[in-house]
Amino acid sequence: MKKLTFTSIFSQLLLLIFVIVWIVPTFGLFISSLRDKDVLAISGWWTSFTTTEVNEIYRTEGNESQIKEGDHYYIKGNLFGEDKGKQIFRFGVTSKNIDEFEVGSTAIFKDKTKITVFENGDYIWKSQEEFKKKKGKRVFVSAKSPPSFTLDNYKEVLFKEGLGQAFLNTFAVALPSTLIPLIICSFFAYALTWMKFYGRDILLASIIASLVVPLQMSLIPILTVYNDFGALFGVAAKSYPGIWMAHTGFGLASTTFLLWNFLKSLPSEMMEAAKVDGATHYDTFLKIVVPLSIPAFASIFILQFLWVWNDLLVGLVFLDKHPSEIILTAKLKELLGSRGENWEILTTGAFVSMTVPLFIFFSLQRYFIRGLVAGSIKG
Amino acid sequence: MNIFSLAITVLIGVLFFVIFFHLSNFLLDYFRVRATKKFELENSIRVIIFIAPAFIVLFIFILYPVFETIRLSFYDKQGESFVGLYNYAWAIKDPDFKRSIINNLGWLLVVPTLSTFFGLVIANLADRVWWGSIAKSIIFMPMAISFVGAGVIWKFMYDYRGPGDQQIGLLNAITVNLGFEPQAWLTIPIWNNFFLMAIMIWIQTGLALVIFSAALRTIPSETLDAARIDGASELKIFWRIIIPYLEQTILVIWTIITLLVLKVFDIIYAMTNGQWQTEVLANLMYDWMFRGGGDTGRGSVLAFCILIGVTPILAWNLYRHKQDQKV
Repeated sequence: MKKLTFTSIFSQLLLLIFVIVWIVPTFGLFISSLRDKDVLAISGWWTSFTTTEVNEIYRTEGNESQIKEGDHYYIKGNLFGEDKGKQIFRFGVTSKNIDEFEVGSTAIFKDKTKITVFENGDYIWKSQEEFKKKKGKRVFVSAKSPPSFTLDNYKEVLFKEGLGQAFLNTFAVALPSTLIPLIICSFFAYALTWMKFYGRDILLASIIASLVVPLQMSLIPILTVYNDFGALFGVAAKSYPGIWMAHTGFGLASTTFLLWNFLKSLPSEMMEAAKVDGATHYDTFLKIVVPLSIPAFASIFILQFLWVWNDLLVGLVFLDKHPSEIILTAKLKELLGSRGENWEILTTGAFVSMTVPLFIFFSLQRYFIRGLVAGSIKG
Repeated sequence: MNIFSLAITVLIGVLFFVIFFHLSNFLLDYFRVRATKKFELENSIRVIIFIAPAFIVLFIFILYPVFETIRLSFYDKQGESFVGLYNYAWAIKDPDFKRSIINNLGWLLVVPTLSTFFGLVIANLADRVWWGSIAKSIIFMPMAISFVGAGVIWKFMYDYRGPGDQQIGLLNAITVNLGFEPQAWLTIPIWNNFFLMAIMIWIQTGLALVIFSAALRTIPSETLDAARIDGASELKIFWRIIIPYLEQTILVIWTIITLLVLKVFDIIYAMTNGQWQTEVLANLMYDWMFRGGGDTGRGSVLAFCILIGVTPILAWNLYRHKQDQKV
C-alpha cells in the first residue's frame, strides 16, 4: 500500500494542474457552442454556470398593439418577447438612472404615461390619451439570468452555414483515402516481407526515406500533373478521385512501413507450410495474412483516417472550395476569416468538426495508441 | 452532392482496387492451370501485381516530385526557362524568408523540447496515482483534434476585447483579474510565436505521453525498488535511472515531433496567416504557390529548404534501418 506522503500529494497536485490546463480550452469551446449567441458575445463562458446579473435595454411595443379599457389606453406585453427564465429585480426608464425602480412598482415617463414592470418581463403601459408613436419606449432592466443552454447554434451551423454538407464531403474524402492505401499497401507490404524479387531492399529503403520526405516537396509537381491531366482529358483537375490518390500517395510510406513491421513479426513457418500445401501467394495473403492482421489494420485505419479527416493543406490544394467539395477544415478556416467575430458559429463549427475524431478517440483509443506506439512517422 | 451520390462515388473508388487485385490474381491462377511449367514466370507476374499499384503511387506522389521540385527550383516562375541560382539568391535577400527561417528555428527549439519534457513528466506522474489513466486520456485527447479545430479553440482562449469591455477570452480575463491591461496576444511580434507554439505543444504532449507510458512499463521494477531501498529520492530516480533508461525513446519522440514542426502550416494559416511576423517556411511556400498566379521557382526553393531540414533525420533513419537488417 502506498502511504500518503508529501511526494504523492505533490504528484497528484501537479498532475491535476496539467489536466486542468489541458482540458479547459476544449471544455470552454464546448460550453460556448451551447450558449445563446447574444450572451456568448458579451460574457465569458465560465460565467454560464452561475446565475449572473445583467443590465439590458429593451423596447416596448408601439401604438399598434394598444387596447382601450374604460377611460385608459393600455399596451401589454413582455420585454423579452417571450419568457426566457430571466428574473428582473430593478428597472429604469431613463439612461441616467437605469435601476431607479423596484420590480413590480410603477414608473412615470416624461409624457406622464405609466409603466409597471413585473419580474418575468411582463409589463403594463398605461396612458390616459391614445398612444401616438409607432415606436415603443426604452426600458432599462437589471435582471438575474439563470444558466441556460441551447442547441440553436448547431441547427444554424449545420443547415444554414453549410457545415452539414462539408461534413459529408469530408467523409467522402476520408473513407476512400483510408481504405485505398490500406488495400494496396497490404499487398505491397506482403510482397516486401514474404516474396523474393530483385530490388526489394532498395524498395524498402526508399519507403523508409519517403517516411520523412515533407509533403511540401510534392505539392507543386503534383498540382502541375493534375492540371495537365485535367486539361488533356477535359475533366476537372480538382476532384474526389484526385484527392483520394493524393492522400494515398502521402500516406503510402507510413502505412506500408507499419504493415511491414507487423507482417515480419508473423511466424515464417506458417507461410512455408501454406506454400508446401500448394497455396499461391494470393491464397496465403487472403486466408492467412489478412485474418491475422485485423488488429494492425484497425490501428492503421484509425491513424490514416484521423490524419485525412484533420488535414487542411492537401484539401486546400487538391479540392475546390465549392460547397459540394469543400472539406470541414477548409470550411472552418473560411469561417474564421469571414465570421471571425461570430463566436457562436466558430465554436459550434469547430466542435462539429471534432465529433468524429473524438468519437473514434474515445471508442477505439486502444488501437489508436497501439498504432502510434508502433512508430508512426508521418511523411 | 447528396449522401447517395457521394456514397456511390466512394464505393466505386474503393471497389476499383479490390476488383483489380482479385481479377488479376484470378486470371493468373486460371492461366497457371494450363501452363504449369512456367513457375518462375508466374511468380514474377505475381510480384508485379502485388507491388505495381503501390509502386506507381509512390513514384508519382513522392519519388518523382522530389526530383521535379529540385529541378523547378532552378527554373523561373512558370518552370519554363532555366535561371540558375536566381531563386536562391532571391530567397537569401528576402526579409520574409529570413524571418521564416528564424521562426522555424524557434519552433524547432521550443516545441519538441517542451512536448517531450511535459510528456515525460506527465507519464511519470500518471503512473503513481490511481486516476492516472483518466488523466492520460484527457491530455492525449488533443491528438485527435485537427490543427484548425485546435486553432479555433485557442483563438477563443486568446480573444481580445477593449480594456473597458467584458473579456470573453480566458487568458485576457485572467490578465484583467490580476490587474493588468488586456492584450491582443496574437498581434505582438515575437511573443505571438510562443502563443502559437503553445498550441502545438498542447497537441503533441499527448503523443510523447503515450509513447513514454508504454516505454516506462519496460523499466524493470527491481531496479527502481533497489534504488528506493537505498534511499534515493523520487526526483533522483527520475534523473538518474528513468531518463538514461529512456534515452532511445526520448530521441525517437523528439524526432517525430521535429518532423511535424518542420512542416507546421495549419496552425499559423488558421490563426494569423503569417501576419505580425509569424511566417514559417511552409506558410511562405503555400503563399508563393498561389501569390500572383503562383511562382513555382520560389515555392520549390522553400520546399527544398524544408527537405534540407529533414535530411539529417532521413539519414539517421536509413542508418538505423541498415543496422536492423544486419541483425
